[in-house]
Amino acid sequence: MEALIAKNITKRYANHTALDDVSLSIPSQSIFGLLGPNGAGKTTMIRIINQIIDADEGEVLVNGTRLNAEHISIIGYLPEERGLYKKMKVGEQLVYLGQLRNMSRKDAVEKSKAWTKKLDIYEWWDKKVEDLSKGMAQKIQFIATVLNEPQLIILDEPFSGFDPVNANLIKDEILELREKGSTIIFSTHRMESVEELCDHIALINKSKLILDGSKKQIKQSYRSNTYLVEHAGQLNGSLPDKFTTLENQTLDENFYQTTIKTAEGISPNELLTNLIGITEVHSFVEKIPSISEIFISKVGGTK
Amino acid sequence: MSKTLLIIQREFLSRVKKKSFLIATIVVPLIFPALIGGITYMMVKEEKDAKAKVVHVLDEEGSFNVENSDKYEFIKVSGDLESAKTAFRESDDYGLLYVPKFDIENPEGFTLYAKSNPNFSVIGSLEKEVEQVIKDKKLREYNIDQQVLDKLKTNISLRSVNISEKQEKESDAGISFGIGYVTGFLIYIFMFAYGGQVMQGVMEEKSNKIVEVIVSTVKPFQLMLGKILGVASVGFFQVIIWVVLIGVLSSMVLGFFGLEVPQGSVEQAGDPEKADEMLRLLANIPFTKIVLTFIFYFIGGYLLYGALFAAVGSAVDSPSEAQQFMFPIMIPLIAGIIGMGSIINNPDGNLSFWLSIIPFTSPIAMMGRIGFGVPVWQLALSMALLVLGFIFTTWIAGRIYRVGILMHGVKVNYKTLAKWFMMKN
Repeated sequence: MEALIAKNITKRYANHTALDDVSLSIPSQSIFGLLGPNGAGKTTMIRIINQIIDADEGEVLVNGTRLNAEHISIIGYLPEERGLYKKMKVGEQLVYLGQLRNMSRKDAVEKSKAWTKKLDIYEWWDKKVEDLSKGMAQKIQFIATVLNEPQLIILDEPFSGFDPVNANLIKDEILELREKGSTIIFSTHRMESVEELCDHIALINKSKLILDGSKKQIKQSYRSNTYLVEHAGQLNGSLPDKFTTLENQTLDENFYQTTIKTAEGISPNELLTNLIGITEVHSFVEKIPSISEIFISKVGGTK
Repeated sequence: MSKTLLIIQREFLSRVKKKSFLIATIVVPLIFPALIGGITYMMVKEEKDAKAKVVHVLDEEGSFNVENSDKYEFIKVSGDLESAKTAFRESDDYGLLYVPKFDIENPEGFTLYAKSNPNFSVIGSLEKEVEQVIKDKKLREYNIDQQVLDKLKTNISLRSVNISEKQEKESDAGISFGIGYVTGFLIYIFMFAYGGQVMQGVMEEKSNKIVEVIVSTVKPFQLMLGKILGVASVGFFQVIIWVVLIGVLSSMVLGFFGLEVPQGSVEQAGDPEKADEMLRLLANIPFTKIVLTFIFYFIGGYLLYGALFAAVGSAVDSPSEAQQFMFPIMIPLIAGIIGMGSIINNPDGNLSFWLSIIPFTSPIAMMGRIGFGVPVWQLALSMALLVLGFIFTTWIAGRIYRVGILMHGVKVNYKTLAKWFMMKN
């Protein structure tokens, strides 16, 4: 089941095209990483899903129905540029934002209290937002986003401004929400969070979708049959021709790290078997490209 | 509950709960009675404390007899002009009136020497005193009986009646004038005060960056409308409190001073005919009509300008940037208030007509005319145009607003605004 399907979305402005025929398919209960360099069109995509702007062409389906005003109550949105009414009290503000997401007043009050207690900020309920520290305000913004138990949560750079402790707290909440059935669209420039959290990834560059799929699958397709071996005793070029030594480093006395690329269709076991005959293998790791490397190679390559 | 209502509610409560609202709401009505009370007190005190000015009179004619009055005490001095001047300089007295030998048919050469530049009212009243003396002299010279002269005196007060309405009504230009000026000026002030609040509120949401979350739940137009109407309800609430408080306090203050006001006004109040006439004139002022018109133009004008203020607020990042767009908004308002002078002198003139028909100036200009009576068709046309006007400005503002609130760090000029206006959603 797909939580959200975007079909051939195009959005043009007077001087440029913000999105050019972009299609996304976001599986239910996944964490979907929406990546791309600045100005690629991510925010436009997110705004279209939030019905802040309309696409010129294409359509968005949420749970199989075309995006409409009803969906406001099942979406939660934490924009990158975010803020709160400074003069308003924390509690009032959460209730107000909940009501704007079609929650009843009573429901909004209950959920706000539960969440502020859960994130350990309930004692600030009657304080004005301007009295909060930046980290606390970020927590309030996060609560406002998930208050209506949204089925679809859109988070744009959710960790910016958080200290590592709170970032971890929020990360755990995100994972818990996914367990409970929410789908999360996650836009960020922090590749380590993508690596850690995302199941699926889409990469938008210059208004076009250039990469799309599950993280595992993408990583697989970027395998380069390269292995990192740490071993005691020299190789001395005694490997067969189907193995190419890319790099050799001396780590310690008679202890080396070698990067070896194998020819197409050769299994890691075959390399290992060959190595065992020559040297004493201490570690053997396949070198899989990180999301960051994929990002740079894809985006950098198109420049 | 509709979300626009929810927004109106928030705008209303967040403003009304502020300390500054409480202070303004209480202080402003206190200022008015305090001013009225203070000024009345000063006037009463000044009148009480005023001593008669002592004026030396050097009479070369010999038979120039001016009588002392409340204002002036005349002391005859003798000698030549130079010695009189020296004596006067050494005294603490107010002035020296030099009366030369004069020809009664062509009196000339009267001079007032004073230590400061005497003001108009002093010169005027002294001239009257001198004229009176000469007049009396003439009467005697021409052998005219004082009684005959008294009979010649006629006093006419012109009663003006407005017959344009169904009933004949007595009107009083002074009262209409006052009502027009005060209500027109109030609208002008409110437009700026509350329009400014709308603009500030929009800018606050934009710079706070909360706006993106809000517009993901409501249409930008709803948010803008909610803000405009929310501020309007605050304004209305505040004005009602003011009217009640000012009314109560002013009557209390006036009542208090009423006991101390000296003879002058007691005499006036004691003149039953005059008081009666005043009441009759007041009763003939169509207060209900004026109040209803005021409410209509207040709301209509506010909506028209509120939308424009909201659009400006959405387009800019800082108050200093807002300046350039404020100017064109202010021009028609200022034109309205400047036009007021000519409207009140000539409420049925061409300029008055056009200013009270064009929606951008009509809220102010029509209030200037309304006390004098405005033909029904003109009022209807003006009101209809005002309604169309604010629908039009709200529509334009809405299109600029929806784009503007999400734009940061863009250099905004009129071309950008036009581009935003044309932009598809």
